[in-house]
Amino acid sequence: MSLSSVSAVPHQSWVRQIMGLPISVHVRGPDARSDLVARRVERMYDELRAVDALFSTYSPTSAVSRINRGELALEDAGIVVDEVVRLCRIARERTDGCFDAWLPDGKGGTWFDPSGLVKGWAVERAARRLNLIDGHDFAVNAGGDILLRRQVPGTQPWRVGIEDPDSPDRVLLVVPLESGAVATSGSAHRGSHIVDPRTGKAAGDARAVTVVGPSLLWADVFATAAVVQGAGALAWLEALSGYEGLVVRDGTVATTSGFPAHS
Amino acid sequence: MRRIVLAATSTVSGLIMLFSYHTSTMGAGGVIASGGTAGGGSTGTTGSTGTTGSTGTTGTTAAPTPSTSGSGSSSASTAKKTYTGQSVDTRWGPVQVQITVVAGKVTDATAVVYPSGNGRDAEINSYALPILHDEAVKAQSAKIDLVSGATVTSDGYVQSLQSALDAAHI
Repeated sequence: MSLSSVSAVPHQSWVRQIMGLPISVHVRGPDARSDLVARRVERMYDELRAVDALFSTYSPTSAVSRINRGELALEDAGIVVDEVVRLCRIARERTDGCFDAWLPDGKGGTWFDPSGLVKGWAVERAARRLNLIDGHDFAVNAGGDILLRRQVPGTQPWRVGIEDPDSPDRVLLVVPLESGAVATSGSAHRGSHIVDPRTGKAAGDARAVTVVGPSLLWADVFATAAVVQGAGALAWLEALSGYEGLVVRDGTVATTSGFPAHS
Repeated sequence: MRRIVLAATSTVSGLIMLFSYHTSTMGAGGVIASGGTAGGGSTGTTGSTGTTGSTGTTGTTAAPTPSTSGSGSSSASTAKKTYTGQSVDTRWGPVQVQITVVAGKVTDATAVVYPSGNGRDAEINSYALPILHDEAVKAQSAKIDLVSGATVTSDGYVQSLQSALDAAHI
């Protein structure tokens, strides 16, 4: 496998399983292999574990699980949960309800599942620790959702392959990016796991949607919402400011007009 | 060499036709179909795409003559070559397509110039490329650092392309 980074620039990677996902970190730059950088990366992972302990829907002791069992009121859950709740409400508005952390529970009520927003939010938040490393490039890949920054003179832009949902050993195209976020949502490989919050049923027919933009939180939310949109996904993405999208649907791939040129 | 150039020509013109096809049906569920194999002369199937463009084609899709932008010897049919088609004026602006050919097969297609003057109008400016699985870029040969996709999961990580990309630097 060929690698795009300049060989003279040290490049180190790490991977840990957190939030049920492999989270890979790549750092390029003169001190990429130093203990200082390694410690910052580990602190980043620690922060993600702490977030998971609060928001995991799998852990019975998380704040989210206690909220859903009625043991903890939303307003008593603390400022970090407050922030996520606030962002979930904004996400619901910005996506016309296609992203909604309050899903029908089938019994006339709702249950709170902010997972679709927490991952991007948490990675962006935790990656501030990597941002503090001057003069280094970094990339974080959390289960296919990617946050990037490049600032080392002479290094190439990060090259992100967009996976072919029908053939994961292939990429549909390659997006070179200096900084920003790439998020992909879809029904590939694990069955349809996106629910249309408006109906409570499995979402639309977009096979996969990739969104590129400045914020990982919003790229991820918009990708999920676009999958729910199905046939209307591309037009909906086109109307978003600052974000571009790629939609795989019915055997075709289509992109918004400003999607980064690939090479 | 000649064979490759011919294949590339048909592919570029096919893609140009796709680009000039009015995409207004996409938002309404229309499909821009293309089952052609790009390396093998896809004018037949992409031609049918053109005819489905009942909203009008431009008539300016003169087949571009690909120019070899790399050097490349005529005997090395397995060498990677990049061809850039001539810029073609469509009703929405100039379109220029660049393709990469390896061993006579198109491995990548890029619109190096495409209309953007109307900014956010999806009906006019969105462009579509067909997924041609035989020609999709093989990730193992693509220069990539990271993979965005739904299979980067805990269950699939060990087999995933991302794990290979990580392992190169761990």
